[in-house]
Amino acid sequence: MSTATDLNRPAAPPAFQEINSARRFKNRLATILVAGTFVLALAPLVWLLITVLAKGFQYVLNADWWQKSLAGLTSRQFGGGVYHAIIGTLFQGLICAVIAVPIAVLVAVYLVEYGKRSRLAKAVTFTVDILSGVPSIVAALFIYALCITTFGMPRSAFAVSLALVLLMIPVVVRTTEELLKIVPDELREAAYALGVPKWKTIVKIVIPTAMSGIITGISLAIARVMGETAPVLVLVGYTTFINYDPFGGSMASLPLLMTSERLTTNEVGEARVWGAAVTLILIITVFNLLGSLISRLTSLKTK
Amino acid sequence: MITRPGDKIFKALTVGSGVFVVAMIALIGIFLLIQAIPSLADNQANFLFGRDWDADPEGGLAFGVLDLLLVTVFSAVFALVIAMPISLGIALFLTQYAPRRLARPFAYLVDLLAAVPSIIYGLWGAYVLAPALAPISTWLNENLGFIPLFAEGSSNLAIGQTIFTAGIVLAVMLLPIITAISREVFDRTPPMQIEGALALGATKWEVVRTTVLPFGRAGYISASMLGLGRALGETIAVLIILSSTTSHFSFTLFDGGDTIASKIARAAQEFNDPRGAGAYIAAGLVLFVLTFVVNAFARSIVAGHKEYE
Repeated sequence: MSTATDLNRPAAPPAFQEINSARRFKNRLATILVAGTFVLALAPLVWLLITVLAKGFQYVLNADWWQKSLAGLTSRQFGGGVYHAIIGTLFQGLICAVIAVPIAVLVAVYLVEYGKRSRLAKAVTFTVDILSGVPSIVAALFIYALCITTFGMPRSAFAVSLALVLLMIPVVVRTTEELLKIVPDELREAAYALGVPKWKTIVKIVIPTAMSGIITGISLAIARVMGETAPVLVLVGYTTFINYDPFGGSMASLPLLMTSERLTTNEVGEARVWGAAVTLILIITVFNLLGSLISRLTSLKTK
Repeated sequence: MITRPGDKIFKALTVGSGVFVVAMIALIGIFLLIQAIPSLADNQANFLFGRDWDADPEGGLAFGVLDLLLVTVFSAVFALVIAMPISLGIALFLTQYAPRRLARPFAYLVDLLAAVPSIIYGLWGAYVLAPALAPISTWLNENLGFIPLFAEGSSNLAIGQTIFTAGIVLAVMLLPIITAISREVFDRTPPMQIEGALALGATKWEVVRTTVLPFGRAGYISASMLGLGRALGETIAVLIILSSTTSHFSFTLFDGGDTIASKIARAAQEFNDPRGAGAYIAAGLVLFVLTFVVNAFARSIVAGHKEYE
């Protein structure tokens, strides 16, 4: 038997030498460095949040801050609030979602349910990847070239929403695609076995099963696009007045308010900028929390 | 399976959406090109190699993108050089070192970095970090100023609105992006390899070096490239941090200046004349092509490694 001879052979020398002080030292050093990078990354986060809160939190405690605009105030007068900018931020984010979500969900359905490994599906996946890397300023320039120069649309909040659509689609496609993939095939097969057409299976069974996750993804994506600044700089003018019309006229949003008021370099401008920063962070946090709350309450149990 | 009219309509809708998204990328390139061509035709300077930017249609356009392109690439690469090792460390910490129960909350903390809007990074960078960095940049300039990287630049070091500051802020913004993907890849290191190394008596660090790093290398590089694409296109943080300057970029970290993205954003409110705007759109097209190539390259690295799928 060959095993006997194998056993008789002397054991090979160990691949790693005995634990000596040099190896122990390297191991320690690596552990410290690796843990150190983590601490290093959190330092700016903490520093930034403390700065923003310290500089801006006092302003958002005032009820006027949430209910009034800056209309009629000069750049040297304290008072007023950012209601006009909050409205703009929410409008632009929500209009964007209304346009982007149906397209993105359909694209994800195509990729998971129809495309499989076809060439179009590969092209779509590649495009979504590339689209997620398109800088927001390029998206804004594209909408500028398409809507404003070519079709003669005025600068408006709607144009901003269109640019945000480009930035939102890839995010929602990704999350929806992942979620549709984990819907068990048994559900689909059961529906088909009962004679349910494929499209109804998708609309009534597959999508609702993944719904909580999709909604989570959407609210995270809205939070993302509401902080985008480049599109508002290119595509809409700033105003201190409240404007409820997304199709015409200037409309403030929190990022636009911050970039505009920043230019008045006095303490009033500073107060408005940091107050708006706190407000933006609060709104984004609310959307993020909403997202994780929905997913926690209604999540599909997997594994 | 039963096919009904509803099926055909629904399938057409989904295919249509897919085609729409693919068409979108093409349309972006085409429309930017169409809008840029008239201005490029009027341009009296060399667009790709000119270093002066004059997009004022009065008295003729003369714009060259080279200086903007250099600042864009220089600051993005500087950011990447800082962010890459730190992200690698964080990804290793989260997947290999952190206690299992804490790994998720820790990862969540790092992801929070991505939730902060870039305008707030810009404000923090310009008004808080920049002055705080002044002693460091002054020290670097005084003691290592003979190295071109730390030479005197066009920006006042005490105020600190330099590429140095912008690069550090960009690096912070890249951390969550690079970490997220690297983490996923490192997590998929075959357990057999790790156990094998452990069985041979490797220390933790040796396990990481001999199994996790070689396995995850391609994914980590691809993640870094995605981060680079992001840094190239970042607009508002750079716009707020960098001080505008009329002098040419001189390859030092202590220059001010503009990236392609920040230049466009700075001028955007005055886009009224289509020829002037066309010059900026031409610059935007360069940025689009640049990020397209970087991102496509990043994806192709991952596509070549099926084990990550």
